[in-house]
Amino acid sequence: MSGTAPSLPPLDITRAPAGGDVGPVQSGWRLGLREFARNRLAVIGLGILAFFVLFSFVGPLIYHQNLVSSDLVLANSAPSGAHLLGTDDQGIDVLGELMKGGQASLEIGFLSAIIAIVVGALYGAVSGLAGGIVDSVLMRVVDVLLSIPFLFVVLIVAVRYGASVLSLSLILGVFTWLVPARLVRGEVLSLKTRDFVSAARTAGAGRWRLINRHLLPNAFSVIIVNVTFNIADAILAVAYLGFLGFGLHFPNYDWGDLLSNGTEYLLDGYWWLIYPAGICIVATVMACNLIGDALRDALDVRVRRR
Amino acid sequence: MTGYLLRRCGTSIVVIIGISIFTYLLLHAVYPSPARAVLGSKTSLLAIAQWNREHGFSGSVLDQYWHYTDGVLHGNLGYSFKLNQSVAALFNERWARSAYLSGASLLLSLIIAIPLGIYQAVRRNSVGDNVTTSLAFTAYAMPDFLLYLIAIQVFALSLHALGYEASQSTNLLTVMGDWKDMTLPIVCLALLIVAGYSRYMRSAAMDTLAQDYIKAARAKGLPERLVLYRHLVRNAILPMITLIGLSIPALLAGNLIAETVFNFQGLGLLFYNSLQNEDYPVLLAYTLVGAVLTVVGNLIADIALTIADPRIRLA
Repeated sequence: MSGTAPSLPPLDITRAPAGGDVGPVQSGWRLGLREFARNRLAVIGLGILAFFVLFSFVGPLIYHQNLVSSDLVLANSAPSGAHLLGTDDQGIDVLGELMKGGQASLEIGFLSAIIAIVVGALYGAVSGLAGGIVDSVLMRVVDVLLSIPFLFVVLIVAVRYGASVLSLSLILGVFTWLVPARLVRGEVLSLKTRDFVSAARTAGAGRWRLINRHLLPNAFSVIIVNVTFNIADAILAVAYLGFLGFGLHFPNYDWGDLLSNGTEYLLDGYWWLIYPAGICIVATVMACNLIGDALRDALDVRVRRR
Repeated sequence: MTGYLLRRCGTSIVVIIGISIFTYLLLHAVYPSPARAVLGSKTSLLAIAQWNREHGFSGSVLDQYWHYTDGVLHGNLGYSFKLNQSVAALFNERWARSAYLSGASLLLSLIIAIPLGIYQAVRRNSVGDNVTTSLAFTAYAMPDFLLYLIAIQVFALSLHALGYEASQSTNLLTVMGDWKDMTLPIVCLALLIVAGYSRYMRSAAMDTLAQDYIKAARAKGLPERLVLYRHLVRNAILPMITLIGLSIPALLAGNLIAETVFNFQGLGLLFYNSLQNEDYPVLLAYTLVGAVLTVVGNLIADIALTIADPRIRLA
């Protein structure tokens, strides 16, 4: 790919007539994948994310610790052979807690992102395809919800109805489908005038089939980029909830809860209560953002490096 | 231009009406009536019904919504029965302090983010760009309170250079003069905003650098300094106007965390205290005010952009 205006390649008479020398056909996806793999930061991000998924979900199978009953004799002890990252104020192993907390953080991140994407993509596709007054009304609803500071509403609902992994994912999902809905609508608006959509319509495809088989798959690149940012935002939002004291209820906790517990001991020099949890959050969120940035660069043809 | 302004204001009003419906429905769902809390748990149902009738909590949802909207339009944002004060009075006491915190950190963040983004775009992939980009990514991925607490630990508790708590004065001028206590909240909040803004500034400057008029300015022999000042900066900062309008909800959320950590008596801390008291009228009123601020902010940003950029002339 070159940056100059498209020009015909010089005609190669010796090869042209043979006709058999056609390079492998490369789909947009494969091109995107290659672009993604070439981005070193993105591969690092993917590695970090994979590490934390394994750490949280496979780690507890290997690293057995008592996470249930407190042992105050051991409270706040520094890292040692028996407790690789020390213990917290209840004498519970910090590394084990980080693994369990990671499960909640990642589950909420992924679940809320999936909810947001499914709702947002369908809403955006319906709105874009319907057009006219329906589109205007549906998009004003998005405008209304987008103007409302979502952390406020999440906090209000969490205070009133309590927080569990499922309820937090639902609340966060319900308030983060707005951006994907807008993006998908924009994509659908431009797609629906294309010939292949008219062809499908002429062939008798119903509205549902149009959305499902023709519009959403083509808008997929926009959607997948947004998933990664949504995961990052959800993990941070849950951390805020935990810090303000309205997060998950014991015995469930996430990285944010662990971090905010640890910050109470800032003055005592118990660094193992603060920095490991902080690093988990920052690294995971940063990994998601790096992956999202790289996916956007790789899948968005307009900004693809030429 | 007039037509565009009218249309733009029209949609804003529609959106604000939508917001009032949303906040009302949410309030109605989480907190149907404060009657029992006000009158006590042994009150008869009759007394509750009468109290509800007198205070606009009876009748159909539509009637109640109308009562609520009527109040809001007359400056009555609700009544906090927990604090026994009207919400409007509570906001009146505190809004200036929050506005000062937001305004000062927003201003500081623009002063840092604009040159930083342009520097990063001009020296793309240099060591300086990579270092500042990594720092911005880290700050962007960091929960706000972690940065605040580390800053408090280093600058207030170890070095004793700055205060660990924001100014507690109720007088705005005293607060503004108390730089020792206000530096940490303002600078930390600004750094977190810079993390996001500098990324936008960097990509806006990169888009502008690729334009032909930059090439032309360079080709005619204009010194690089003038190319940057006259041609790059003026074009590249235009998207920032829109960005500020769009980031108001995030700024309000940022204030909430900062005021909680630094114990600064603004609207964010009021919101936090109200969460703990389950004081829903205050919570929903602040949500309403924040959302309306966002709509108005976006409207102002759009209008400012059409004035700042003569290429945008909408019929």
